[in-house]
Amino acid sequence: MTNLLEVNGVSKKFGDFTALNNVSLSVPKSSIYGLLGPNGAGKTTLIRIVNQITMPDTGSVFLDGEFLNGDHIKDIGYLPEERGLYKSMKVGEQALYLAQLKGLSKSEAKKRLKYWFDRLEIGDWWNKKIQELSKGMAQKIQFVVTVLHEPKLLIFDEPFSGFDPINANLIKDEILRLRENGATVIFSTHRMESVEELCDDIMLINKSNKILDGKLIDIKRQYKTNTYEVGITSSQKEAFELDVNQKFQTQPAHFKTLGEELKLNIKLSAGETPNDLLQYLTSKGEVSHFVELIPSVNDIFIQTVKNN
Amino acid sequence: MNHLPLIIKREYLTKVRNKSFIIMSFLSPIIMIGLISVVAYLSQVNNDKVRVISVLDNSGLLLDIFENTEHITYHKLQDLTLEEARVLAVESSSYGLLHIEKANSIKNISKGIKFYSEESPSIKVISDLKHKIQKELTIQNRIHIGIDIEKLKGSEIDVTILQENFEGEKTSESDSLAKLVFGIAAGYLLFMFIIIYGNMIMRSVIEEKTSRIIEVIISSVKPIQLMLGKIIGTSLAGITQFAIWLILGSVLMFVASMFLGIDLAEMQSPQQQMLQQTMENPEINFKAQQMLASFFNMPLTNLIIAFVLFFVCGYLLYSSLYAAIGAAVDNETDTQQFMMPIIMPLILAVYIGIFTVIEDPHGTVSTVFSFIPFTSPVVMLMRIPFGVPIWQQLISLLILIGTFILIVWFAAKIYRVGILMYGKKPSYKEIIKWIRY
Repeated sequence: MTNLLEVNGVSKKFGDFTALNNVSLSVPKSSIYGLLGPNGAGKTTLIRIVNQITMPDTGSVFLDGEFLNGDHIKDIGYLPEERGLYKSMKVGEQALYLAQLKGLSKSEAKKRLKYWFDRLEIGDWWNKKIQELSKGMAQKIQFVVTVLHEPKLLIFDEPFSGFDPINANLIKDEILRLRENGATVIFSTHRMESVEELCDDIMLINKSNKILDGKLIDIKRQYKTNTYEVGITSSQKEAFELDVNQKFQTQPAHFKTLGEELKLNIKLSAGETPNDLLQYLTSKGEVSHFVELIPSVNDIFIQTVKNN
Repeated sequence: MNHLPLIIKREYLTKVRNKSFIIMSFLSPIIMIGLISVVAYLSQVNNDKVRVISVLDNSGLLLDIFENTEHITYHKLQDLTLEEARVLAVESSSYGLLHIEKANSIKNISKGIKFYSEESPSIKVISDLKHKIQKELTIQNRIHIGIDIEKLKGSEIDVTILQENFEGEKTSESDSLAKLVFGIAAGYLLFMFIIIYGNMIMRSVIEEKTSRIIEVIISSVKPIQLMLGKIIGTSLAGITQFAIWLILGSVLMFVASMFLGIDLAEMQSPQQQMLQQTMENPEINFKAQQMLASFFNMPLTNLIIAFVLFFVCGYLLYSSLYAAIGAAVDNETDTQQFMMPIIMPLILAVYIGIFTVIEDPHGTVSTVFSFIPFTSPVVMLMRIPFGVPIWQQLISLLILIGTFILIVWFAAKIYRVGILMYGKKPSYKEIIKWIRY
């Protein structure tokens, strides 16, 4: 069993509105899985089905090979986008309570809480009430509570919202560390740069339908356009420009450099290799910049959603 | 996994530690007792004034009956005309002047009695005077027309109908009264408890939604456990507060009467005073003792057990309704409209209890309503002192518990589905759909 979570043909309707239409996905063990999609695409519904907050109309969900059932509550940690804590409860008590609801014993919960509070340097918050904390501080507590029972599957919905860059980085490192330790993470966000940084696999969902899924690197390969970003200084600038426009599909490029070179995006046609291009370029002038343009998740997102 | 004890504990502790809860627990009895003490003190001060009433008895028949009391001094005037007496009364700043005209017969005397005063006199003073004079004139009139007072007294016959059921247990009139009083008291207690603490349960159910922790909680526990936990936890907190009120209230009452020298138990309105006067009458006093005895004549074991069970279950039933409302709405402002419909059946129960049970405790109406879950806690409690077969009590109780569980289950359903509808007010059509979901 290499997939921790298998969702097979899940559909969900609310009245006349279809929230999910025959969506399937598999999340490999110990990976970070990005769940992407525009607002209202059905991400939250999918997450709620995995959390057993709602039931799918049709389709099935398997966690670690077992049909999803009530015993799996302790195997899942969920950080919802709509989040909050009991405002009038003290931090420590609240964390203990939530941990016990997830099936930890009180002493075990206490031990682990101490470890996490020390780790995130929030030990002196234990006796504070949530309402005395700032939003970011409360988010930290929430994060600890989500991961405390060491679930097999962690679901983070916009985990970085409300954090300053330093804390966002801290949380990001913690998520990566959890993955190292064997946890599987489903990660839903609109911040494409963090998807780029963290995710091994992604799924793109739009208007209740899955439109794309797979390993991020495969998707990128699939979407690459064989375009290279080039910076070149030529002694005969105008002649070169004419020549290169004839030979290749080019577009002016924009990137920052220190010199005054000519900046171009050059798309190779089928059969041409980067080496061919590089040879051509070096014969024409001094190449100071040569990068393959890899499509960003952002580009893929916008492109597929628009085409869809 | 059973998280119920954990949830109950959290709900209880959160409620009990809440600042306003603590303040109200201790402040309410203090305010109550303080208020009572002030009123008692003031009315005592009011009573302390000694009033002087001038009496001009031209008939000469009634002078003997006006004896000075703690609060009233009678100033008897003689050989004066009415005009002179009035001037004198004003000069001596009397409270008032009672004038009894001379007449040729006792009947006519009774028509010529007047009370003059500067301001309109206190009702109590006038009625006291009236009773005094009426009593004396009746006696004199009887003597006058030749009725032997002793014989008349001896001829009066007091009837009591002894009551006994076919099994030979004795009952009495005062028994029935005691039973009714018990039932009504139980009904009102339940009523009060629900009104005070029902809202608290509702707010507690909404709490997860307003603090936005709902998704975390709902992905950890079953909604029905959450609902049950909230109902039980909040109820326990309510009982705690009620107990504090009772204990603190009686302690304060004791302290207040010790230090202020006010006998709160004797706080009296004029009616109560009259009642007390009649109570001093040995016959009535005997009746009061009878009442007390009647209380112990009731099937006490059955009554106490039934009271606890029906009270608890009735309370749980109504709190589950509050929980259901809390589950259906997003914030407290949406809940106001639902309050009345919840209280209605309870009010209905109390009145049905009073009017039908007194008429016929085992009649069709009272029997039927003692099985309907929303009225049974009150009506059944009123019926039980009159003897209800155990099987009927059990069935009624089972219906009650069944309905409670059904409503909690229903509330849990609404709760789970309701979270998917943030901010949208549920229509009845939707609610029906949620139930089937």
